Amino acid sequence: MASEFKHISTPLTDEVVEGLSAGDNVLLSGVIYTARDAAHKRLVELLDKGEELPFDLRGQVIYYVGPTPARPGKVIGAAGPTTSGRMNPYAPRLLAAGQKGIIGKGEMDRAVQEALERYKAVYFAAIGGAGALIAQCVVSSELVAYEDLGPEAIRRLVVRDLPLTVAQDCHGGNLYQEGRRRYQLA
Amino acid sequence: MREVPAEKITAEVARLCIEANYYLGEDVVEGFRRALEQEESPVGKAILERLIENAEIAAKGEYPYCQDTGFAVVFVELGQDVHVVGGSLTEAIHEGVRRGYAEGYLRKSIVKDPLRRVNTGDNTPAVIWTEVVPGDQIRITVAPKGGGSENMSEVRMLKPADGLEGVKRFVLDRVSRSGGDPCPPIIVGVGIGGTFEKCAWLAKKALLRDLGVRNPDPFYAQLEVELLQEVNKLGIGPQGLGGRVTALDVHVEAYPCHIASLPVAVNIQCHAARHKSAVI
Repeated sequence: MASEFKHISTPLTDEVVEGLSAGDNVLLSGVIYTARDAAHKRLVELLDKGEELPFDLRGQVIYYVGPTPARPGKVIGAAGPTTSGRMNPYAPRLLAAGQKGIIGKGEMDRAVQEALERYKAVYFAAIGGAGALIAQCVVSSELVAYEDLGPEAIRRLVVRDLPLTVAQDCHGGNLYQEGRRRYQLA
Repeated sequence: MREVPAEKITAEVARLCIEANYYLGEDVVEGFRRALEQEESPVGKAILERLIENAEIAAKGEYPYCQDTGFAVVFVELGQDVHVVGGSLTEAIHEGVRRGYAEGYLRKSIVKDPLRRVNTGDNTPAVIWTEVVPGDQIRITVAPKGGGSENMSEVRMLKPADGLEGVKRFVLDRVSRSGGDPCPPIIVGVGIGGTFEKCAWLAKKALLRDLGVRNPDPFYAQLEVELLQEVNKLGIGPQGLGGRVTALDVHVEAYPCHIASLPVAVNIQCHAARHKSAVI
């Protein structure tokens, strides 16, 4: 399997994003940020007010995840992706502000696809539910903002060889639609 | 009248919350292995292999299987000759959830109010369904239900004229519109009949049956097989990225209904099909 994976690291550049196509398997390493529903709401409110975000978004990857609490001695708990579609209303705004990558599960809508193309960004699918497996790729985790949100707080993770599939790319490719068409019998 | 201490119920519920979240049923892992034989998509195969690996890592007890450790849905079959002493049955269950989710390092995913959205901090309240049955035992099943797949579920009030074909169309439509969101390969729980709320309950209860165990009524057993075949023609595949295996199984439960009605519910279960039972 290993030879079929592209190794990439964050922050993402235009060159790396342009080199990725829907269906590619990648192993991602480097810093990523966690945020889901409630954190996105706050981030977009800050952008609306013209205020600074709690971290520099440019070139960064946001992982839609709310991990379980870490056991003593562990970096993180189970950490699989949450459903990305719930972030559809927020994602284009953050992509416009410099975010280059999204990690989640499930298809994202037309507006997100257009933003991926316009701002040269990429949407990676992690395996929904594979929380234990993904946790083993997380090297470190630190709180960045919104501790009051509990599992929805923003954390800075360092990951090593996180297995992902490019689901929607900056060239209009969408594996949810293409894959389904390929295997549909009815 | 047999007496059961409330504390005993609390301890069992706590244990079941933890075990359900760490130890995926062997029927589900076996379902992944069978799916791997049927799956043609390379991406789908790789995902199924990783799901088996994920179950093995979780079973070591350091991480739950999925980060969404769910709403604690608790099914209680309460023998009518049992008397719970030293506290209420309901509070004993809530306390069990509180304890299990803390001790098991499970995620607290419940907000106190659906619109004001402040986390309760201990994953309570549970959703509790109690049936009074003959006997002097209590059977408790804890089924942590993830939000992603629950969100893809639906109740529809069909007309009697819609019949069997209408039911099939609705189930396929619901699965089709769900795509990759509910973490396929899924298990589809279908409740037919009863009332608006009864069919939803039946659909959820259908998910407690182990994979491959058919409805005892041959008519519904046949419907389960047909629906499974049809669902797997949709091409959605593991994680929605395309493939032959969209569902591991379809379970149907039915109940008598009003001459005017044909209620149908579809409760979608992700591959983290967790449920653990104990008899007290």
